[in-house]
Amino acid sequence: MAKRIDVSGLSAFYGSHKAIDDISMTIEPRSVTAFIGPSGCGKSTFLRTLNRMHEVTPGGRVEGKVMLDDENLYGSGVDPVAVRRTVGMVFQRPNPFPTMSIFDNVAAGLRLNGSYKKSELKEIVERSLKGANLWNEVKDRLNKPGSGLSGGQQQRLCIARAIAVEPQVLLMDEPCSALDPISTLAIEDLIGELKERFTIVIVTHNMQQAARVSDRTAFFNLAAVGKPGKLIEIDETERIFSNPSVQATEDYISGRFG
Amino acid sequence: MTAVTDRPTVASGGAPLPVSLKQARLPRWAPPVIALVAAGAGCGIGLGAGLDSTIQWGLIAAALFVLGTYVLSAAVEGGRQAKDRLATSMVWTSFLLAVIPLASLLWETVARGIKVLNVYFLSHSMGTLPDALPGGGIYHAIIGTLEQVGLATLIAAPIGLLTAIYLVEYGRGRFAKTVTFFVDVMTGIPSIVAGLFILSVWILILGFGPSGFAGAMALAILMMPVVVRSTEEMLKLVPNELREASLALGVPKWRTILKVVLPTSLGGITTGVMLAIARITGETAPVLLLVWGAKTINNNPFDGAQQSLPLYVFQQWQIGTDAAYDRAWGAALVLIAFVMILNLVARGIARWKAPKTHR
Repeated sequence: MAKRIDVSGLSAFYGSHKAIDDISMTIEPRSVTAFIGPSGCGKSTFLRTLNRMHEVTPGGRVEGKVMLDDENLYGSGVDPVAVRRTVGMVFQRPNPFPTMSIFDNVAAGLRLNGSYKKSELKEIVERSLKGANLWNEVKDRLNKPGSGLSGGQQQRLCIARAIAVEPQVLLMDEPCSALDPISTLAIEDLIGELKERFTIVIVTHNMQQAARVSDRTAFFNLAAVGKPGKLIEIDETERIFSNPSVQATEDYISGRFG
Repeated sequence: MTAVTDRPTVASGGAPLPVSLKQARLPRWAPPVIALVAAGAGCGIGLGAGLDSTIQWGLIAAALFVLGTYVLSAAVEGGRQAKDRLATSMVWTSFLLAVIPLASLLWETVARGIKVLNVYFLSHSMGTLPDALPGGGIYHAIIGTLEQVGLATLIAAPIGLLTAIYLVEYGRGRFAKTVTFFVDVMTGIPSIVAGLFILSVWILILGFGPSGFAGAMALAILMMPVVVRSTEEMLKLVPNELREASLALGVPKWRTILKVVLPTSLGGITTGVMLAIARITGETAPVLLLVWGAKTINNNPFDGAQQSLPLYVFQQWQIGTDAAYDRAWGAALVLIAFVMILNLVARGIARWKAPKTHR
């Protein structure tokens, strides 16, 4: 199920502007890797290069290699659509499809990709909603619109939607930044359960959250506004937060910067 | 004008007291009273000066109302409130000025058109009836309008929709800009020019005769840019996050557009198309050039002259007898009702299809 990601020499551009510069790292399967760093340092951009969502942005362009086990995501003949089926994504703001019911939202990825039997769909939807710890809250109103749920529920609905297509890797772009502490806790618990099955990469501005949920942490920084973001270091979360090997990391984590 | 409260005063020590949040206000009944007084004064001045036109009376009253409100408010409430009242009274006056023609038009049409409006009128054509005599009907014109507008929609709606999808979802760079520019230019084409264009290509060069289809093509030219513009705006309103959410699930772009973007904006798109239909339904010039008008029923829009409602109104008016005038007003009433029903249907669909946010 879960796959290892090997990134080497990756740079991403918006038009002629270089957003991230020469990043190399390994993301272990069945683990949670957290990306931390100041705003604008390219964490989200880097995350989006991992399932080829970066090129959806007009002018978006990528150089370098991203190996998913032994396949290069940016190799010639690789279909971005197939990549995105393998590497799922959860966004910062919950974005359920407003025209679809809760059931249809979870089934969307499957239904829009092929034909499934009704009974098969029901089973997958139930499994995904249970996987996202949302089943008990919505099982009686699966036909109601998904946008009627609370923010935290909507975000879990989006997670259910992402895991329904059985990806190998799950990318999460600040999944809790729009949520209250209780919903955040629910999602952090969920991340802990999901890492048994998926490779998880999470971008967060909340360092406690990174410390709580992740096994490994990567710190990104940029030299100045307008300069590309760089990977400063990546290590076991415990080491990053107790004894980082780069001074800049320690400064950022302890609040001494700027 | 009794609701004057105390102004903040200065204490004996010279330091200002805490400023009160309460202010002198005109009572709620002041604006309607001023309006009544202004109306009375307007009529009085009109009568006294011997002005013939009641419109002049109304304008005098409106000016008096705006002025009176301002002066009174400035005296009681102070400058800022007076400006607020001035803006409010101008908005109301403009609103009434805008509504009066609409209301009187509706009133006139209904009052004159209702006389001849009955089942016979709706279900019979003019046939061989001499123009000057009463009787006859508009069945042939209704059929013509429905077929011509229907065909025009069948041509213009798909092309317009696809163009808008291209512009919003795919179009980048010079070509998209060119398309946008020409759509803008097309929006300004006078209907007679669209009619002349089809006339020269379809009838003069290709040698076809007049038909409902020829008219429909001209109407489609007029309708297309409206559909493109409104659909474009609606598609732009769809949040990018929804597109990304769908793409991130591994859904191809074309399915994302078909299953996520279009359903989300369907209400608005339908409204836009309906309004475009309403706009071309009243076009007379291209129909006059290309469909010619007929007195009998012609169900086939691809062969021979047809009638249409606006053209029928025009032709009856030209005949000039009382019976023809009545028929013209009746047809105009049916035309207005048709457009209004279309608008209502559009609103209904928009509300029904709008993304549901309630719990």
